[in-house]
Amino acid sequence: MQIDETDRRILRHWLAEPGLERAILAERAGVTQATLWRRIERLRSAGIIRAEGAVIDWRSLGYAVEVSLRFTLDKTNPRAFDEFIAAARDVPEVIGIETFLGRVDVRLNVIARDMGHWTGIYRQRILVLPHIAEVEALMLVSTIKDAGGLPI
Amino acid sequence: MIDLDDLDRGILRILSRDATVSAGEMGRMLGLSQPAAWRRVRRLEEAGVLAGRRVEVDREKLGFGVTVFLGVRLATKGRVSLEDFERAVQAIPEVQVVQHVLGLFDYRLRVVARDLSDFERVLRRRIMTLPGVGNVEANVLLTEERRPGPLGAA
Repeated sequence: MQIDETDRRILRHWLAEPGLERAILAERAGVTQATLWRRIERLRSAGIIRAEGAVIDWRSLGYAVEVSLRFTLDKTNPRAFDEFIAAARDVPEVIGIETFLGRVDVRLNVIARDMGHWTGIYRQRILVLPHIAEVEALMLVSTIKDAGGLPI
Repeated sequence: MIDLDDLDRGILRILSRDATVSAGEMGRMLGLSQPAAWRRVRRLEEAGVLAGRRVEVDREKLGFGVTVFLGVRLATKGRVSLEDFERAVQAIPEVQVVQHVLGLFDYRLRVVARDLSDFERVLRRRIMTLPGVGNVEANVLLTEERRPGPLGAA
């Protein structure tokens, strides 16, 4: 599917502020609500828009600690990635799994209620994951920017 | 802090996948009446648990084939350098996420680019010229997966 300037304008405003009500988004993008609805449907069916999900604020549920864990895996085992990721999916406090090309192989985003809870998860659930060669932790202090915007 | 029961957790699981599900549909999925589902959603919004929306797009189809995570260490620290760095880094349109962290790095950045040479341009012209920037480590994102988190089994 070819996207045009109108699609780009809609996406620019929408990705910058995903919580915007449709009426306001239409106004900002300079289209009618009917056009906006049609364009969004078209982008959705072309697979350009994959999902529109709610953001859960884990802090408001008492999860005050967020840690980014960076792993290098033992790559002598060809199943290392698959087995590590499958096991990481079973840890409920893991809210994100990313794989990389670079010094880091896999990153897990892990939340915990407090440092005591974190220590428990780290020792009993994380360090037992298979094929870990090295692990490094980055403790989140604050999120300064978190935007899905694209310079389109 | 708000207490959740299984129905609330079910609502959060459904909405985090698809925020456009109506109260009526949600009620049918969970065995609740439409008004009861609506009241629960309102309560979760008011408690700040439902904190807005995110739109997931196929970045590649929009011409952004490369996503890179950067670990950045500042060469000089102190309140002023942190503030200067944060102000400047937030203004870069290719930088989607900026997180202040403790550990091997001071900041984590998520950067999008059209391709590797475009990424190199962003890195050289925009990132390496930021005030106070020291060591930078880059890792190219291959796959990412969002997990439901501690909301109980589906």
